[in-house]
Amino acid sequence: MATTTIPPQVPKKTNRLGLDSSAYKGNRSTLCAGCGHNAISERIIEAFYEMGVEPHRVTKLSGIGCSSKSPAYFLGSAYGCNAVHGRMPSIASGTMLANRNLIALGVSGDGDTASIGIGQFVHLMRRNIPMIYIIEDNGVYGLTKGQFSATADLGSKLKSGVINDLPPIDTCALAIQLGATYVARSFSGDKRQLSALMKGAVAHQGTAMLDVISPCVTFNDHEGSTKSYSFVKDHDEPLQDVSFVPFFEEITVDYDPGTTVDVTLHDGSRLLLRKLGADYDPTSKTEALRVLTEAHDRGEIVTGLFYIDTKAPNFLQLLNVVDEPLATLPESRVRPPKHVLDEIMEELK
Amino acid sequence: MAILPVTANEVSRVAEGERVVNDLNIQVATVNGSGSNTANTVLLRALFQMGIPVSGKNLFPSNIAGLPTWFTIRVSKQGYVARRSEIDILVAMNPETAEEDVRGLRPGSAVVYDERLNLKRLRHDLTFYSVPFDQLVAPICPEAKLRKLVRNMIYDGVLAKLLGIDMEEIRIGLQKQFRKKAKAIDLNFNAARVGYEYAEKHLPKADRFSVERMDSARGKILIEGNAAAALGAMFAGVTVVTWYPITPSSSLCETLIDYMKRYRIDPETGKATFAIVQAEDELASLGMALGAGWAGARSMTATAGPGISLMAEFTGFGYYAEIPAVIFDVQRVGPSTGLPTRTQQGDVLSTAFLSHGDTKHPLFFPCSVEECFTMAIEAFDLAEGLQTPVFVLTDLDLGMNVWMSDPFPYPEKPMQRGKVLTEEDIKRLGGFERYRDVDGDGVGYRTLPGTPHPAAGYFTRGSGHNEKAIYSERPEDYVHNMDRLTRKFETVRERVPGPVIKENGVADLGIIAYGTSHWAVAESVDQLDQEHGLKADYCRLRAFPFAPQVADFVRRHPRVYVVDQNRDAQMYQLLRLELGPDEVKKLRTVRYYAGLPLDARTVTDAIVSEEVKK
Repeated sequence: MATTTIPPQVPKKTNRLGLDSSAYKGNRSTLCAGCGHNAISERIIEAFYEMGVEPHRVTKLSGIGCSSKSPAYFLGSAYGCNAVHGRMPSIASGTMLANRNLIALGVSGDGDTASIGIGQFVHLMRRNIPMIYIIEDNGVYGLTKGQFSATADLGSKLKSGVINDLPPIDTCALAIQLGATYVARSFSGDKRQLSALMKGAVAHQGTAMLDVISPCVTFNDHEGSTKSYSFVKDHDEPLQDVSFVPFFEEITVDYDPGTTVDVTLHDGSRLLLRKLGADYDPTSKTEALRVLTEAHDRGEIVTGLFYIDTKAPNFLQLLNVVDEPLATLPESRVRPPKHVLDEIMEELK
Repeated sequence: MAILPVTANEVSRVAEGERVVNDLNIQVATVNGSGSNTANTVLLRALFQMGIPVSGKNLFPSNIAGLPTWFTIRVSKQGYVARRSEIDILVAMNPETAEEDVRGLRPGSAVVYDERLNLKRLRHDLTFYSVPFDQLVAPICPEAKLRKLVRNMIYDGVLAKLLGIDMEEIRIGLQKQFRKKAKAIDLNFNAARVGYEYAEKHLPKADRFSVERMDSARGKILIEGNAAAALGAMFAGVTVVTWYPITPSSSLCETLIDYMKRYRIDPETGKATFAIVQAEDELASLGMALGAGWAGARSMTATAGPGISLMAEFTGFGYYAEIPAVIFDVQRVGPSTGLPTRTQQGDVLSTAFLSHGDTKHPLFFPCSVEECFTMAIEAFDLAEGLQTPVFVLTDLDLGMNVWMSDPFPYPEKPMQRGKVLTEEDIKRLGGFERYRDVDGDGVGYRTLPGTPHPAAGYFTRGSGHNEKAIYSERPEDYVHNMDRLTRKFETVRERVPGPVIKENGVADLGIIAYGTSHWAVAESVDQLDQEHGLKADYCRLRAFPFAPQVADFVRRHPRVYVVDQNRDAQMYQLLRLELGPDEVKKLRTVRYYAGLPLDARTVTDAIVSEEVKK
């Protein structure tokens, strides 16, 4: 009797919700091959999958630009809102006001954030609204074919030979000064560091601002650019070696408390920051701003977690809103009864 | 005085020497920041409490302190509450404007003035009452700092004596104003009392004007339009309010904050069933309102013309991505910064078509404080029902002035939250297409972010999309979607409140007006009839797009005057766009755009001068 060989069923790898990674994927990217943004999308998929976040709780928010197109390329079953140029912060804020159970993931670019959207960006940072704010930072406008953005470094050169003669806006320094409570910079090519910082951002419950240098292969990856793959690789100075331990896993690594800062995040997850050079205290704004300024003066790109504050109240706590989503409160809780109107009318007589 | 031009052909309403009861116009001229608000409000209240129909108009500068301001109280036994330009009694407290104010008066008017101004020399055909304010205030107010504020109450006392206002009503008015602050009530009442006593001793009655108790204002309330709209929003169940301060809309949100803190805190948890955020600008305030509307909250913002300009971009997004939000536009005088503290209906066209591309938006035109309340509730139902931004257009006159009204009706209908699919719906249906016109009314079904089903999520975007909410640049997808939005706008037409039409059967002409013009037009209809024998039918628009009754009204009349408080006849233009050529031919325009509330005489004169030509 002939026998058919049944290939052994390999159990599909799933996360703690029992979902496999396909539940976290999106449409195929239409960005250029090799675009740093695609690597960031992969880290987002990985972080939400590994953290076991329910995709329906996630709202992906963006403005306009190459970066802002990317939310279509991850977490396909999540909600998305691709708003107008530079205005994602207000849409994100309104969304979180309406439903505090959501997890807001904003994806912006350097033009969308540091130029047209700088007004909304700085006020978002002040409010400490619980959300993740990623800047996919390549120093140029890609969709309009390669003009400088406001994060382009002084002296950086366009393909056309045009030299940037204005100083850059450091979005991390701004965010720290203004009150963001989780501020980091990373590089789309540094898979390990970005992955840990991304998961830390998911665990954090205030504004987590991640500026990710993400080279534009088409318009800003040439000799003379300070946002090219080779330049960033050569000038990347990691502040710490960052590891992330999710709240649902036992800590298995040994670490030396003398060389490693252990940060416990809101959901119980931990970030282990092993020092690579001098001591660094990520709870000090002054330290953070000094490190950023000094690296800038040296022409180096310092990456890592610059600043964290897990104690500051977030905006929803400050507003003292009810625990349930405002969006779906029943009429009985949002329309005062008739006697209230009668009472008010009596006062006005 | 230039700000209140007296119409040249104004006829004296009463014969010389005849007593005039409950039909007068009091104007108080002061300096802003001098605390005259209390004295003026209390005076208005006292008259109101006597059951006499009153209206108050505050003409104030865009300034904190030191510039001229005028408060006008119209007392009208017929119940007319529009501005009347002719002043009967002037209270002259401001040295800078006093002479000009006095020169502008009609013969037979009366002037109560600060002795130091020595106004009597200016005219011989007026009645002058000189009052030594400083001398009177010093003994009753030892604290020099407070004197400036308290001395205005003296004219309340003087007028009470001269006109026959019950001093007890002044006291009650003060109690309303200061609530439980007994010291402030006593201090101010004392000032009114010394005014009254001074008038009793030194100012023999020499003018014709007086007031008497009536029954017409009984049971009514006094409220500003902004406060009425705020109450409407609260009873509409608003949960997210985002705003940026701008005159004349700021008091809408500020009053709303007060009411929400009183009535919308969860008794069990002490937590708020709302979020109110002062945004960084109007771009962000509408952005937050739309973000909240997208996520399912009843959201709103309030602004004025300059804010509307900034909201253009997001309004187009709301229209195309189909997100509800209510925008209160308390109109002021444009263009640009314009006259920030004057009134106009200047945003009709800009809001109707706000943003680039083919866009159009539902507009509500409340004319009264009661409609500020009821239309606020309707606007939220419409915004969520039609999934689109909805504008409520009030103006500075309605928003910031105090109006008499019947008490507001409690909403009869439950909140209409529109077509929202739940997790169970999605399970049953197996999925949904966000922009598919399932019901033929142009309105698709939506789910709210957070709905726990893998097929519930969708992608909202301001870029081209198909029925499935997927990015599309295909010409047929674009046209299909835009045509559906047109269909949706026709559904809006069926759902917005139709016009209020007042016909008398044998009309010579028709008048179309909207918003606060109503009060001047209603009075003008009477003037046209009584003074000129012209019978006019009146159609008051309450919303855009227009209901079919509007075209019918135009068809039934040989000539129809469209009254606009703006230079470019904006409502007339909007009607031209919506009506057929035969109807358009019948339209005439009456335009007033000087920034003061419209008065009946302006409307009557404009119509009569056209009618005599025919």
